[in-house]
Amino acid sequence: MGIRYIDLGTPVRTSEREVTLEIDGTQVTVPEGTSIMRAAAEAGFSIPKLCATDSLEPFGSCRLCLVEIEGRKGFPASCTTPVAEGLVVRTQSSALAKIRRNVMELYISDHPLDCLTCSANGNCELQDMAGVVGLREVRYGYEGANHLDSPKDTSNPYFTFDPSKCIVCSRCVRACEETQGTFALTIDGRGFGSVVSAGQNEDFMDSECVSCGACVQACPTATLMEKSVIEKGQAERSVVTTCAYCGVGCSFRAEMQGTEVVRMVPNKDGHANHGHSCVKGRFAIGYATHKDRITQPMIRASIHDPWKQVTWDEAIAHAASEFRRIQAEHGRGAVGGITSSRCTNEETYLVQKLVRAAFGNNNVDTCARVCHSPTGYGLKTTLGESAGTQAFDSVEKSDVIMVIGANPTDGHPVFGSRMKRRLREGAKLIVIDPRTIDLVRSPHVSASYHLKLRPGTNVAVVNALAHVVMTEGLWNESFVEARCDGHAFAKWRDFIVDPQNSPEALESETGVPAEQIRGAARLFATGGNAAIYYGLGVTEHSQGSTMVMGIANLAMATGNIGREGVGVNPLRGQNNVQGSCDMGSFPHELPGYRHVSDQITRQLFEGEWSVRLEPEPGLRIPNMLDAALDGSFRGIYIEGEDIAQSDPDTQHVTAALEAMECVVVQDIFLNETAKYAHVFLPGATFLEKNGTFTNAERRISPVRKVMPPLCGKEDWEVTQMLSNALGYPMNYSHPSEIMDEIARLTPTFAGVSYDKLERLGSLQWPCNAEAPEGTPTMHVHEFVRGKGNFVVTRYVPTEERTSRKYPLILTTGRILSQYNVGAQTRRTPNVVWHDEDRLEIHPSDAEVRGVRDGDWVGVRSRAGETVLRAVITERVQPGVVYTTFHFPESGANVITTDNSDWATNCPEYKVTAVQVEPVTQPSEWQKRFRSFSDEQLALLARQESQEA
Amino acid sequence: MEIQRLVKMANDISRFFEAEPDHDEAVKGVLGHISRFWDPRMRREIAEHAAAGGSGLTDLAREAVSRLPPVTEARTA
Repeated sequence: MGIRYIDLGTPVRTSEREVTLEIDGTQVTVPEGTSIMRAAAEAGFSIPKLCATDSLEPFGSCRLCLVEIEGRKGFPASCTTPVAEGLVVRTQSSALAKIRRNVMELYISDHPLDCLTCSANGNCELQDMAGVVGLREVRYGYEGANHLDSPKDTSNPYFTFDPSKCIVCSRCVRACEETQGTFALTIDGRGFGSVVSAGQNEDFMDSECVSCGACVQACPTATLMEKSVIEKGQAERSVVTTCAYCGVGCSFRAEMQGTEVVRMVPNKDGHANHGHSCVKGRFAIGYATHKDRITQPMIRASIHDPWKQVTWDEAIAHAASEFRRIQAEHGRGAVGGITSSRCTNEETYLVQKLVRAAFGNNNVDTCARVCHSPTGYGLKTTLGESAGTQAFDSVEKSDVIMVIGANPTDGHPVFGSRMKRRLREGAKLIVIDPRTIDLVRSPHVSASYHLKLRPGTNVAVVNALAHVVMTEGLWNESFVEARCDGHAFAKWRDFIVDPQNSPEALESETGVPAEQIRGAARLFATGGNAAIYYGLGVTEHSQGSTMVMGIANLAMATGNIGREGVGVNPLRGQNNVQGSCDMGSFPHELPGYRHVSDQITRQLFEGEWSVRLEPEPGLRIPNMLDAALDGSFRGIYIEGEDIAQSDPDTQHVTAALEAMECVVVQDIFLNETAKYAHVFLPGATFLEKNGTFTNAERRISPVRKVMPPLCGKEDWEVTQMLSNALGYPMNYSHPSEIMDEIARLTPTFAGVSYDKLERLGSLQWPCNAEAPEGTPTMHVHEFVRGKGNFVVTRYVPTEERTSRKYPLILTTGRILSQYNVGAQTRRTPNVVWHDEDRLEIHPSDAEVRGVRDGDWVGVRSRAGETVLRAVITERVQPGVVYTTFHFPESGANVITTDNSDWATNCPEYKVTAVQVEPVTQPSEWQKRFRSFSDEQLALLARQESQEA
Repeated sequence: MEIQRLVKMANDISRFFEAEPDHDEAVKGVLGHISRFWDPRMRREIAEHAAAGGSGLTDLAREAVSRLPPVTEARTA
């Protein structure tokens, strides 16, 4: 694929009415509302343009796209003039040519003539238009006033701003407003003095710019240009693939020179992102070629031994023999595996298949255990399917948006921008979050209600909302009667109308004024299409699953399920959380969420896999760790996960890893878990392999190899080698064959194939005979389980309570520039925005403790202690502190407890009672961490020096 | 496994099902959940603990656990 694609000038319009007009003698029929420019482009007539692009609303400033319309005076701009029935349009005439040439002459008179050395050479719209209009001379000279000496802003790590090349078309300003919704850019000054300005005439780095790249993408010249393009030149080809960061799953074109990525460009045809991106997916890919990558297999007998570099065959044979030895000595169930949401569907499928078929047990789990496992349980129980109900596009039809325990502008930024666009169009917003997240108040967006609840009281709040809906007669009786289980509903109704669930009764517990809850409930129930979006602030609680079911109850009671604009939407943390769960990564479920005790399902897999399968559930991750400490679990194969950093109660995790006899880690870096490993199998980044990811809207998107794996193997090949060495044969030659097997065995994937993905770009499951091109909206006519199931969701306060010794509640979250454990983003220039985790604390809590902004503070819980630098901010409420968990040395999980969701054991990351006090040195854990980490890096270096 | 961790897990499950107004349904709920989601070695250990008096278990958890069918020596043992 080339690197240039057709820009139709203005956005697509949809209308039931069609309009026919004549353009340059050709009859053209388009939807009403389409611009003449777009109608012409769709008919194959290209009208010159500079300020127009099909990702932005028309602006009509450049005056290049003028046309003639029979019967109309003058020369209207084709970008801002909509089609009308019977119009006769001419896009070319001598008069138009003269005007366009004159306009271009003016532009070029204030533009450097350095095309041959310009970074945009060969991919510059200004250059193209000069050629199209036949510009041959510039009569005005260059002696007059101009902007050619304007200084270049290189402050951003990823792109430059060179105002000398700017034609003030406002595409960047409009992209920042319309596409991203940040409003960081403006046109400063008037007339000839007009210049693009970031913030208040600041450098880009000092402005509100979030480096999403929308302005760079929109720029028609080299004014805003990627530093990678300046350094390397224009790409020669592009490959469409899927981002490896968050659960939005953006489609990108990897623009390539040979096997080197020049830049990542958001794909306008991408169904999840429609041409938008964030700073991570757009720019933060440097980790893929970082010097820390390990590309050779390694083994060692003890974690205190130096690593020994070995061949793939030696490493695989050693791992397999160790697993078999452990099973022979301690039982078949003494080993297991962990899959990752950072791996493809095909890879996770193979790992769980290896565990079930080669290990012969169900001891397989995935990192969704620590994030969205309650979503799987809660939505399966209430609605019948372990997945969100909508497509991202659905938000465009929402009238009320409720965001619970999620921070979309940081955690899911591209969808956050879509949401903000809808809010700017007038949709109402309800935020339920202990913190004042950006969405509560951002340019042209203001929440109607911010229910600033105390951490741990989610279920009380959702019950209070439902109580208001039911007691004030705001529920959707016809929907409930037609679609839901009457017995279950009656039982739930009796429970929810009890005065103990009223906002007034729960106010002292939740900290939310009752009137706010009543107002929010009324808005949600009566405001039109109401949608719920939620994140880990819902799931990572001792009542995570209860809260998910409470959300489903609320959606069903108000009839907000089964059409566009509504629904229950879990915002998945990592790119393939949905997919890794779909693929049977949980210890109790085979692919497609079918319980291992189901004989018919088991027989289906036994037939395909030619092996007898265990009918009993296996161990979850925390159970594996507990079992390791009691000696009944001694070997583990971990693909792409870093439980020593990401899982709660770090000391417990590392003690369990130390207790095991064979820890095999497959990863791209020597992560924190790999420091406890005996076998290291090098992994491949998303750029180095083929496969698919499934995003938060159930969208299966292709991951395509754009460069050879640095270690020589794609991850699925490594799992296959291990399985073969264990004596269970796997003989796939390409991931497409793995997907074919998944489709044969999984009803919701029955219609999925690589050929279809190639043809359609992506597919939302269920994709089968009934829905051959996928299912954007679920539960349309009936719930997957038949009748919707209301569940009684009694509020049970967490056992994690504040006390005189631990008077504050710590809650955790992510930041825009960093991603989860940070293994990827910490190895990119994104550290300029966030180079350490900090503790947010309210000014009043800081003052009584004598803590000043920037001070080191000890954060002590019942589980442990760590030291962070303090940030004093009113974003958190008094009594609540907050931190991120992107840096291992921060030890955020040293202080989180072993409390977990009652149904799934998802850790209660969001509620930890702590004390905070000024300190002058690292915690004891941090000292031990540094010592151990230094030892491990030295052992790695010793191996490397031996090889050298 | 450390029995107190299993006791805590069983109690957490029981606190959800305590909201069920029908006691038999509540017991079935706890029993079904543990049966569907707990590895056999965990079930065996909690059952043995319940048989020995079930110290620390809630009444509902103890009642449900005591009804767990015997864990046959699974192939995973």
